[in-house]
Amino acid sequence: MIRALATFAFVALAALPARAIDIQQITSPGGIKAWLVEDHSIPFTALSLMFKGGASLDAPEKRGAINLMTALLEEGSGQMDSVQYAEAIEALGASNRFDVSDDALVVSSRALTENRDEAAELLRQALAEPRFDADAVERVRAQVQSVIMSEATDPNSIASKEMAKLSWGDHPYATSVNGTAESVAALTRDDLIDAKNRVLARDRVVVAAAGDINAEDLGKLIDKILGDLPETGTAPLPEKAQLKLTGGVTVLDWDSPQTVVSFAQPGLPMSDPDYFAAFVADHILGGGGFSSRLMDQIREKRGLTYGVGTGLSNGVYGETWAGGMASANEKVAEAVGLIRQEWDRFGETLVTEKELTDAKTYLTGEYPLRFNGNGKIAGILAGMQLIGLPADYVNTRNAQIEKVSAEDVQRVARRLLDSNQIRFVLVGRPQGIQASN
Amino acid sequence: MTILKRLSPLALALLAATPALAEMPKGISHFKLDNGLEAVVIEDHRAPVVVQMLWYKIGSADEQPGKSGIAHYLEHLMFKGTDKLGPGELSKTVTANGGMDNAFTSYDYTAYFQRIAADRLPLVMEMESDRMANLKIGEDDWKAERQVVLEERSQRTDSDPGAQFGEERSAVQFYNHPYRRPVIGWRQEMEGLTRDDAVAWYDAHYAPNDAVLIIAGDVTAEKAKELAEKYYGPIAPKADSTRKPRPQEPEQRADRRMERSDPRVPQPVLIRTVLAPERNASDQKQAAALSVLAELLAGSAQTSVLARDLVLTGKALYVDASYDGLTVDPTTFGISLVPAPGTSNADAEAALDAALAKFLQDGPDAAQLERVKTQIRASRIYAQDSAHGRAYDYGQGLSVGLTVEDVNDWPDVLGAVTAEDIREAAKLVLESRGSVTAWLLPEAAPANAAPGPAAEAAAQPVPTDAANTEVVQ
Repeated sequence: MIRALATFAFVALAALPARAIDIQQITSPGGIKAWLVEDHSIPFTALSLMFKGGASLDAPEKRGAINLMTALLEEGSGQMDSVQYAEAIEALGASNRFDVSDDALVVSSRALTENRDEAAELLRQALAEPRFDADAVERVRAQVQSVIMSEATDPNSIASKEMAKLSWGDHPYATSVNGTAESVAALTRDDLIDAKNRVLARDRVVVAAAGDINAEDLGKLIDKILGDLPETGTAPLPEKAQLKLTGGVTVLDWDSPQTVVSFAQPGLPMSDPDYFAAFVADHILGGGGFSSRLMDQIREKRGLTYGVGTGLSNGVYGETWAGGMASANEKVAEAVGLIRQEWDRFGETLVTEKELTDAKTYLTGEYPLRFNGNGKIAGILAGMQLIGLPADYVNTRNAQIEKVSAEDVQRVARRLLDSNQIRFVLVGRPQGIQASN
Repeated sequence: MTILKRLSPLALALLAATPALAEMPKGISHFKLDNGLEAVVIEDHRAPVVVQMLWYKIGSADEQPGKSGIAHYLEHLMFKGTDKLGPGELSKTVTANGGMDNAFTSYDYTAYFQRIAADRLPLVMEMESDRMANLKIGEDDWKAERQVVLEERSQRTDSDPGAQFGEERSAVQFYNHPYRRPVIGWRQEMEGLTRDDAVAWYDAHYAPNDAVLIIAGDVTAEKAKELAEKYYGPIAPKADSTRKPRPQEPEQRADRRMERSDPRVPQPVLIRTVLAPERNASDQKQAAALSVLAELLAGSAQTSVLARDLVLTGKALYVDASYDGLTVDPTTFGISLVPAPGTSNADAEAALDAALAKFLQDGPDAAQLERVKTQIRASRIYAQDSAHGRAYDYGQGLSVGLTVEDVNDWPDVLGAVTAEDIREAAKLVLESRGSVTAWLLPEAAPANAAPGPAAEAAAQPVPTDAANTEVVQ
C-alpha cells in the first residue's frame, strides 16, 4: 500500500508464534553455528546467509565496491564463466540470490532435496572463487551506473538519499550502497577482491535454514558452503553511527504535480527499556496503516494523500523514527501541518483504551503470520541473529508488548516525539511551505 | 492422464501416498454454492495462518466509455462500511485482530483479501460477505475518497513518465478493446465520477454468482465449506450481473511507432508490443508456448537468447520479454531493452531485430529448452511454499474464465511445450503486423529544473504487459 513502509522491514522481528516454532541451534562439525526449522512436507530447503557489515564495510574512497562485488558473485566462479555458471544453476532448478544493504550481505538460496549437494557446491564456488572476469565486471558496472542514474531521476530515491545525507555525517549510512558514478567508474578488479575479503568471512556470517533437511545434514552442508572462506574479514565491523539530524524543512525542486515527503527524527535502539512502548506508540500514530491517526487525518478525512506511514527504522548501526508520504503540491503544506499537529498532540493525552488494545492485538497477533513458508522462516531467523536477538526472544517479545501501558506510551511520546525535531525533505514544487536551515 | 508423465520422482512419491486425490493436486478442493459462488480451498497446515480472497469477475475493461476508473473507485469505496460496519471499520477490525487486508483492481477483476490467524477466519468471512450485499457509501465519504484515487493517480502514473507512456502505448495498441483505457481511469473522467456511478456499478456487478472465493492456509475443506455456506450462502444471486462481451480488436495491419521525451527519463528505453492470444478454458497450449518463449528470449540475464545476443555483446544493458495470458480477451506479448552506453538507439533496435530474426530462423536451443523445463518442474515444488501465491493463481485463473482443472493442469501444459510449438508461437508474435514500437527518451533538463543526469542516464525496462496492470487500494 505505502512504499515508505517497506523500508522498515527490520522493525519487530519477533513474537511468539501461536503454534510454537521449534528452532534448533546447531554447530557444524567445522564450528559454524546455525539455526534450523525442520519441515519435511515439501522437498526443498531454504537457506539464508547474512554477512554482517554489508556495504558499510566499503573501504574509504571505494564506495560501491561491495555492491558491485556482490552483483558479480553470480557472474562466473571456479572453472565457469558467467554463462556456464548460470546454466549449471538452471539445470538444477536451484536459485541463489545475492543482495547487499547497509547492514548485511544477504545470500538467499533454495534447492531441491534431490540435488541439494550439487547446488551447495555451486554456492560454495560463488562465495569462495568468484572470477571477476573483465567482461563481466564491465557489463555489471554499466548496469550499476544505470541504476545510479535512474535513482537520480526518481523523487523517492532523491528524498531518501537527501535524508540519509542529513542524518548520518561521515558514516557509510549517509551514502548509497551503490556508490556514485565517479566512485564506481574508478573501481578496479583489485578493489573487488579487497571488497570480498572485507565482508565474506566466517567470523561475520549468520546462518539459518528451513525445510527438508535435518541438523546433521545441515551441518555438513554449511561446512561445504562456507568452509573455503577465510576465517576473518579484513575490515573491522562498522561502528555505531551518530545521528546528525536537525529539525527543519529541506526542499528539493522537482518538476512534478506531486511532492514526495520523507521525514525523520531521532529514534531509539531496541535495547532501550522504552522500545516496546515506542513500538506501540508508532503503530497508533502512523505505523498501523488504515487504523493509524495520521492515515485517518490525512487520507480518510481529507483525501490529501494516497498513503502516509511511519515506522521505527532500526538499523544495526543507527536508528530514527521515520515516515513517508506523497501529496499534491498545493496540498502538501496542509498535510505536513497535520503530521506536526498529530506528532505534538500525541503525548498530550493518554491513548484511548481501544487504541491501546487494538495496537497490542495487532502487534502480537501479526507475528505468527510471518512464519508461513520455508523461505520466510529462514530469512527471519537469520535476521534475528544479525540484530543480536536470542532464539528465545520469540518467547518473551509478546509479553513485553502486552506489558506496555497507556502511561508508558505517553512517557515515551513525551520523551521522543517533538515536531521541532522532525526533518522534512520535500521533493517537488510544494506551495505554502518554506525551506529552513 | 498427462499429469503423471510430468511429475518428478519425488512428487510421484507424494502422490502415491494419497491415491484418492489423483484428480486434484494435494490439498486443493473445489465447490460451488447454490447461489453460484464458486470456491477453491488450498490447505496448508504448516502455520496457523489463513488467507481469504474474494474475486469479482468485473474490472475496468467492463466500464462504459466516459466512466473510466469506476471499477477501481468502487474498490476504494468498498471500505466505507455497511449497516453493521462504519467507514474504515473492516480494515481496522482486521488490523486489531492481528491481520492485514487490501484490495486490487485490474482490467478483468476486482479482488479483496485478508491474511489473518486461522481462528479469525469466520470474522473476515462474515465481514467480506456483509459488504457483498450491504455496502453503504456515506455522503461525506465519497468526495474525499475521490481525492484519494486522484492522489493515487498522481503518485503512480503522473509522477512517472514510464507509467504515463504505458497508458499511451496501450491506447495505441488497442484500436477498439477497452484494454486501451488505464485501470485507474483518465484523470478528467475520474474527476467526474459520483456516488451514484459507484452505487450503480456495485448494484449491477457485485453478486455471488459472479465471484470466486479462495480460502488458503490452515483450514480444512469441510470447515471452509461450512463457513462459506453460513456467510455467503444466504446472499441472493443477481440476474444479468455477468460481464457482457467487450468490443474486440479488428485485425491490425499497421505497425506503429511512438516516441516521447521527458527530462525525468534517465536513459532511452525501447518497448515493443504486439497482440497475443490469452489462456482459454481447455485451450492453454498456445499460451503455454508463448510463456516459454518469453522465458527463452529473456528469462535469464546470462543464458537467454537476447541476453547472449545483446547484453553479453555489450549492445544493451537490459533486455526483457513479457507475457501473461491470464486475461479474458487477447493480451500482449512484449519485448523491451535499454541500449548500452555507446550504442545508438537505431543500432540497438537493429541488433534486436537481427537477434529475433535469427531466433525465428534457428528455433530454440534444445539444451536451453531442457533447462527451462527443469525450472518449471522445480517451481511447482517451490510454489507449494506459499499458500497466498497459490490463492492468487486460482483466483486470477477462475476470474478470467478458466476452470480449476485448467489451473491445475497449467504446469503440465507448460512442461509439454515442444520446440515446434515455440517456433509457431514465435512466428505468431515476432512476425506479426500490428506491433507498437515505442521509444521513451531522455531530454536535457530545462535550466530551471532540478539538476538531473544528462543523456547517458539509465532505467530498468518498464513492464510491457498492457493487460495486467493492477491498482491497489
